[in-house]
Amino acid sequence: MHPDNLVEIAGVAFGYGARPVLKGINLTARRGQVVAIMGSSGCGKTTLLRLIGGQIKPDEGTVRVAGESVGELDQAGLYRLRRKMGMLFQFGALFTDMSVFDNVAFQLREHTDLPEDAIRDLVLMKLNAVGLRGAAQLMPAELSGGMARRVALARAIALDPMLVMYDEPFAGLDPISLGVTGNLIRRLTDTLGLTSLLVTHDVQESLKIVDYVYFVSEGVIVAEGTAEEIKASGLPYVHQFVHGEADGPVPFHYPAPPYAADLGLEVRRA
Amino acid sequence: MLRRAIENLGNRTIQGVWRMGFATRFFLAVLLHSGTAFRRFGLTIREMYFSGVLSLIIILVSGLFVGMVLGLQGYETLQTYGSEEALGILVALSLVRELGPVVAALLFASRAGSAITAEIGLMKATEQLSAMEMMAVDPIARVVAPRFWAGVFSMPLLAALFSAMGVFGGYLVGVQLIGVDEGSFWSQMQSAVDFEQDILNGVIKSVVFGVAITAIALFEGYDAPPTAEGVSGATTRTVVTSSLAVLALDFVLTAFMFRGLN
Repeated sequence: MHPDNLVEIAGVAFGYGARPVLKGINLTARRGQVVAIMGSSGCGKTTLLRLIGGQIKPDEGTVRVAGESVGELDQAGLYRLRRKMGMLFQFGALFTDMSVFDNVAFQLREHTDLPEDAIRDLVLMKLNAVGLRGAAQLMPAELSGGMARRVALARAIALDPMLVMYDEPFAGLDPISLGVTGNLIRRLTDTLGLTSLLVTHDVQESLKIVDYVYFVSEGVIVAEGTAEEIKASGLPYVHQFVHGEADGPVPFHYPAPPYAADLGLEVRRA
Repeated sequence: MLRRAIENLGNRTIQGVWRMGFATRFFLAVLLHSGTAFRRFGLTIREMYFSGVLSLIIILVSGLFVGMVLGLQGYETLQTYGSEEALGILVALSLVRELGPVVAALLFASRAGSAITAEIGLMKATEQLSAMEMMAVDPIARVVAPRFWAGVFSMPLLAALFSAMGVFGGYLVGVQLIGVDEGSFWSQMQSAVDFEQDILNGVIKSVVFGVAITAIALFEGYDAPPTAEGVSGATTRTVVTSSLAVLALDFVLTAFMFRGLN
């Protein structure tokens, strides 16, 4: 494994039962980069994150994070590795019975012996980084979707991880929260020296902040490149995706019998 | 047609066996990861508040009414034989041997069991359990085990309070309302109720019910499909399955404990 690479995925195939989701994925995330994995809904993007986090194991191929083969680790090894990872779930996945402060403090209390004073300082620093120091005592139910996402981000970076994974960080956000979240991902990656892996289908927002993009379709990588290369790509799938066209290689219609047959027009004519 | 029916039967059998196996593995994992529930006893105490303390109102009020009904019905029957002074024995034995553990367990299943299933199911549906796993914290140890032990500890205490309240209800109706002799009521109860045979067996029953209800509630929540429909279905299954389990276990335990007594 190249020392510059934090994540290396080689020839990974995975399926849920008999349904293949990923069919031979090769992907690399270099240290300090924001890397996006894009593709339409259900193409296996989130499955890739679950493979990197070790929640599932690949049927074929290897997933390496910081030189360790994730699929071969036992639970103790996996938990040791996960302490160096942060994950932002699609809707934050904040613990609803804990305040914002306690959510961010959760990992510090679970994994360190720091005194409560030090934990308080660290939590306030993380919350300040996402602009929500003033919301420390609120409960998750009192937060907007964008705020919840930012609290989850503060929680994800609580232990200063080397890798942060974001599952659809822009989904369902208003334009202001969208820009704020995008900028935060870029700024935190640069200032904390993280590597960020972004799974998203929000092309416009993510192309503003990413260093490298992988496009996944039907379980394989169909295109990759820098944001500029992707914008200029002539590949039909990438073109359709970047420009949000309704029809193209990804058809508008779900496979169905002929329209006329479904409406019974042939029968009537006969 | 017949082939499809056989296939369906086979599928359901395989799924049932698979689920039983998963439930057993889940239960063993909870026991295996129970260290946290004792090392950080504050977590278990917190869950005892939610499962036990918040169930107190329904347990105490139900206990009082059940005791009052026992007082009324018991007096009606006993006076036929001229032995209404034995009302204290009837009320106390009915409660500590059977009604206390069983009714308290049924109420516990409806009040606390359903709440546990809904909470764990929603934690799963909103990815809180996955988030915990990704933070290198085992949800079985951190979330499930403290709730399990809280249920096991709460259940005998609730059953004891139910019985105590029931005895008080029987006293109110029998002694204060109907006029049974107070001295006979208490002294006959004191001499007839045996600590080992009656009270201890009642406690054992309630501990077994606590294990069964909490394990079922936690498993149903953990295994619930992560949808609104899935969580509501799991909550219903918790109440139905644990109530049936309590009644079935009660029969088995009673058969072992009181068979051939006297």
